[in-house]
Amino acid sequence: MNTRVSIAGVEFKNPVTTASGTFGSGMEYAELVDLNRLGAVTTKGVAIVPWPGNPTPRVAETHGGMLNAIGLQNPGVDVLLERDIPFLKHYDTRIIVNVCGKTAEDYVAVVEKLADAPVDLLEINISCPNVREGGIAFGQDPRMVESITREIKQHAKQPVIMKLSPNVTDITKTAKAAEAGGADALSLINTLTGMKIDINRRTFLLANKTGGMSGPAVKPVALRMVYQTANAVSIPVIGMGGIATAEDALEFLMAGASMVAVGTANFYNPRATLDVIEGIEKYMESSRVEDIKELIGCVK
Amino acid sequence: MADIRKTAALIEETEKLAEGICGLWLRPEAPEVAVSAVPGQFVSVYCRDASRLLPRPISLCEIDRERGRLRLVYRIAGAGTRELSERKAGETIEIMGPLGNGYSLEGLPADGGHAVLMGGGIGIPPLLALARALPGVRTAVLGYRDGETFLREEFEALGCRVIIATDDGSIGTKGNVIDAARENAVRGDMIYSCGPVPMQRGVKAYAAELGIPAQLSLEERMACGIGACLACVCQSREKDSHSHVHNKRVCKDGPVFFADEIEL
Repeated sequence: MNTRVSIAGVEFKNPVTTASGTFGSGMEYAELVDLNRLGAVTTKGVAIVPWPGNPTPRVAETHGGMLNAIGLQNPGVDVLLERDIPFLKHYDTRIIVNVCGKTAEDYVAVVEKLADAPVDLLEINISCPNVREGGIAFGQDPRMVESITREIKQHAKQPVIMKLSPNVTDITKTAKAAEAGGADALSLINTLTGMKIDINRRTFLLANKTGGMSGPAVKPVALRMVYQTANAVSIPVIGMGGIATAEDALEFLMAGASMVAVGTANFYNPRATLDVIEGIEKYMESSRVEDIKELIGCVK
Repeated sequence: MADIRKTAALIEETEKLAEGICGLWLRPEAPEVAVSAVPGQFVSVYCRDASRLLPRPISLCEIDRERGRLRLVYRIAGAGTRELSERKAGETIEIMGPLGNGYSLEGLPADGGHAVLMGGGIGIPPLLALARALPGVRTAVLGYRDGETFLREEFEALGCRVIIATDDGSIGTKGNVIDAARENAVRGDMIYSCGPVPMQRGVKAYAAELGIPAQLSLEERMACGIGACLACVCQSREKDSHSHVHNKRVCKDGPVFFADEIEL
């Protein structure tokens, strides 16, 4: 049975990674999850300098999902390079570093810092709904997506994944723009902008008022967008959005994703990534699938 | 802290302590969760209803290491804790723990000295486990909404001096725990506190006035409970060595902090 997939020339032992921001840099989860089992660890978004993030409350539960407005708190790329990457190098797994910024120069500066690091792929977050500048501002306008992708590609040594926002009318437009800018792969979806009100306090539940919605409740939306995107571009797509089980992951693979990421499920099932990997293997065994590539995009 | 486990736990007993305040005794299938726990730590409790994704962080009210049992006392604050209150003895629930750092017993005189425990409302339960672990003289200042108190007799049974404050004045001092502490000129070698943020602000100021250290246990909305998602941060006075900003994680670096470490 072959579960290996490759994206932009990088081979993964299986198609399962973590969604950025839900797994830290793997350190906290390493006590509960054997990181060697994962196809890759995708680290929490990192900027050129430390970011303090938003005020609390930063999370709220919704029916079958949650809202977050962490605001991309991160210790900065120097700490990632000194502490987190060496930690992850102890494990036999690929490393995808998620990069955030407020300006094009910010992204480029981080990408340049990572140039000689043992990092396999870069994922560029142009779709965070919780920071005012950068983030989603870049991710909603196809011309901006194309130009920032092109600029990052000029400086990046590793292959570049552009992470797309679902908060657009037609995701294939930003997807094609990223492809035109030279992206090696796409990942989607980032969170959907949402809101919750505390009727007793008569105010927003999140200090940021709005937050990004994730969890099983968003899965059908994510799946539809992954299917549309995979059929609109010729570069690989990494699918995410509400994946909690192997069945969820298989849907994304069949819709055209070459790889999948487990996100919010890590919060309520720390073993979710392993459950997904083991469940995919079981499915392949019982359905007599020799190579996982037979499943990728098999639903047209 | 290397003993975090997600495990099923048998509910051995349920109890109702006051209106909206419930308790249960749990026997985790992985006994380490109870055996390695210390006062001030908490567990994540998972709902059975799959539409409620996130675990509810609940502090440990008692730790029975010998029999591998934990007592949780919580307030019904929403649908998740209501669901928990409907679980019956003999059923199992999913928990993860023990989480967080717990209270530090260091810094007290060799004979145990005099510890002051200040708890407001649903901040009271973790102080009971602490009171049991403290070797010296203990004064517990407990704040309730009204005369419907809970756990009070259990502090007394442990030999604590108990001082009560109620919002409506029906028992003890009318006001909060700080008012009660002032009225009774409460002093000691260390203050241990848990309760709502405004109260803990008061505790911090009171401790500063007396010139004694205070350990505050904070509450914040959490997602992962293990320090990865950065949802439950509080402001730290110094730049934190993990986050490299002025934020500490309540679930992992806390929930207990020395008052001078954090801004409230």
